[in-house]
Amino acid sequence: MKILVPVKRVIDFNVKPRVKSDGSGVDLANVKMSMNPFDEIAVEEAVRLKEAGKASEILVVSIGVKQAQETLRTALAMGADRAILVTASEDVHQDVEPLAVARILKAVAEAEKPDLVIAGKQAIDNDMNAVGQMLAALLGWSQASFASSLTLEEGHASVVREVDGGLQTVRVKLPAVITADLRLNEPRYASLPNIMKAKKKPLEEKTPADYGVDASPRLTILKTAEPPSRKAGIKVGSVDELISKLKTEAGVI
Amino acid sequence: MAEIQPFKWDDPFLLDEQLTEDERMIRESAFAYAQDKLAPRVREAFRKEHTDPEIFREMGALGLLGVTIPEEYGGIGAGYVSYGLVAREVERVDSGYRSMMSVQSSLVMHPIYAYGSEEHRRKYLPKLASGEFIGCFGLTEPDAGSDPGGMKTRAVKTADGYRLNGAKTWISNSPIADVFVVWAKSEAHGGKIRGFVLEKGTKGLSAPKIEGKLSLRASITGEIVLEDVEVGEEALLPNTEGLSGPFGCLNRARYGIAWGAMGAAEACWHAARQYGLDRRQFGRPLAQTQLYQNKLSNMLTEITLGLQAALRVGRLFEEGRMAPEMISVIKRNNCGKALDVARMARDMHGGNGISDEFPVMRHMVNLETVNTYEGAYDVHSLILGRAQTGLQAFF
Repeated sequence: MKILVPVKRVIDFNVKPRVKSDGSGVDLANVKMSMNPFDEIAVEEAVRLKEAGKASEILVVSIGVKQAQETLRTALAMGADRAILVTASEDVHQDVEPLAVARILKAVAEAEKPDLVIAGKQAIDNDMNAVGQMLAALLGWSQASFASSLTLEEGHASVVREVDGGLQTVRVKLPAVITADLRLNEPRYASLPNIMKAKKKPLEEKTPADYGVDASPRLTILKTAEPPSRKAGIKVGSVDELISKLKTEAGVI
Repeated sequence: MAEIQPFKWDDPFLLDEQLTEDERMIRESAFAYAQDKLAPRVREAFRKEHTDPEIFREMGALGLLGVTIPEEYGGIGAGYVSYGLVAREVERVDSGYRSMMSVQSSLVMHPIYAYGSEEHRRKYLPKLASGEFIGCFGLTEPDAGSDPGGMKTRAVKTADGYRLNGAKTWISNSPIADVFVVWAKSEAHGGKIRGFVLEKGTKGLSAPKIEGKLSLRASITGEIVLEDVEVGEEALLPNTEGLSGPFGCLNRARYGIAWGAMGAAEACWHAARQYGLDRRQFGRPLAQTQLYQNKLSNMLTEITLGLQAALRVGRLFEEGRMAPEMISVIKRNNCGKALDVARMARDMHGGNGISDEFPVMRHMVNLETVNTYEGAYDVHSLILGRAQTGLQAFF
């Protein structure tokens, strides 16, 4: 079985983002970038399936700026076998939109014929939560999003999904697109021997044109703003005052 | 006219960008391991003076032991910058954990690789790389510290090998070690210093723990006592004679310490910055006072310069252009400056700074050792003094 895992290079989760002075987006100059944490979970799941003898090959794909090569190397160091970098943007501030990403991934899937796509449920930079679903729709494949558990059966996958208010178990026919949620697994650190081995694994470079896709933006960002800072609380003098405020001001009782 | 870029306060000269892709990945892995697995246990370990031998196994599994040793002997085959980055990330948590790693990599694996026979390499290196074996390095003696040439430990030729007698002290890892690299004057070699590889359990070899350390308490230290220890000819390291053997090891360890000390200093600096932002006195954050900002700026400057210097020496090391005096410059400077940073950070934490709730005083007392071992600050001054005047002032 062949597994395709898309990975995205995003602002590191530990970095406090700053909005650019012109409000066009988050400032990414000299900012630490890392693999999207949900994509790390997706890579880890694929590697575990390979280690369990259930998968034979893991292909990782990144679509974005050429620096995403480092993100692919990280995935190779975690245990993926080969990588494709699709350079679809010259500028780190120009994000590739979900539909373009899904179209490129569809073309990659048609060329590579994986049995399974495991993607992160969303990227932590724009929180679109769209690519996995779009890709499944474009390919006409089954999909199971927000997976917290994945079990492969003959021709099917059994997936536990994290839904509002509980867990839902679905059985989908392969090939399928699965998107990983936080509790699917805990990703490993790339060991130093595997980091050295990753240098020798194949990394192919492509462009959207190679797949016949126009990746130019269709959306216009009107404004980006910092979240409003939290206002200071107040101290109440008595229980009666608290109850009165909860009734009249907060309106919760 | 080049565009002005935003300043990255925690990486002012963009050191990360001067690294290769795999060096950055190695740093990331070492950072993640140190923060996730070492940081949560250091407080208890330091408080109770507890050394967990399992740490060697964990470091071995990740590949942190023997970074510069070739792959065929279980190492990684990476460069000296990678080794320095690992030291920096481990010491960001604790100098004791970095000491455990440095001794294993530079003082035990390196001499076995550089001076040992092929049999030595095959027998010891893979198990030292995996952490299955713990190693230690015996050079310092009760009466021979900065002057290792004054050592009293002797090896006497026997019918089928050597008999060793003597005592070593301040030996990291020795009470839990499986492999002992010991230096002794060998009468059969004209009284020259030779290296021997001894194994735990050899009759007459013991390694009592040194009690009462107020520094590096997460890393065990002991003596090595040699009482008529009989070893075969195969215990001798064949390819080194004289002090150049131990100094070849110490150069590598000292180089790593120059990076490591900056990791400890960075931890203190970041802690002091955060404390200053959180702690309010006289109606404003401490970090909004000029005295506090002056100290933070001194820290930022010294650490930025120290890291950049360590990187430069690492690159020269990788190009085969290292002179030991370069390592004296960075070992002396970075340890001395790290100790200053740690003392300043402790001061900036006020009364809270004496508690182990904050890492600063632990780093501070650790760095007293780091500034002293592997060539004390003043001994490196003498090395650099000799280098520029041609006049030795050691004795």
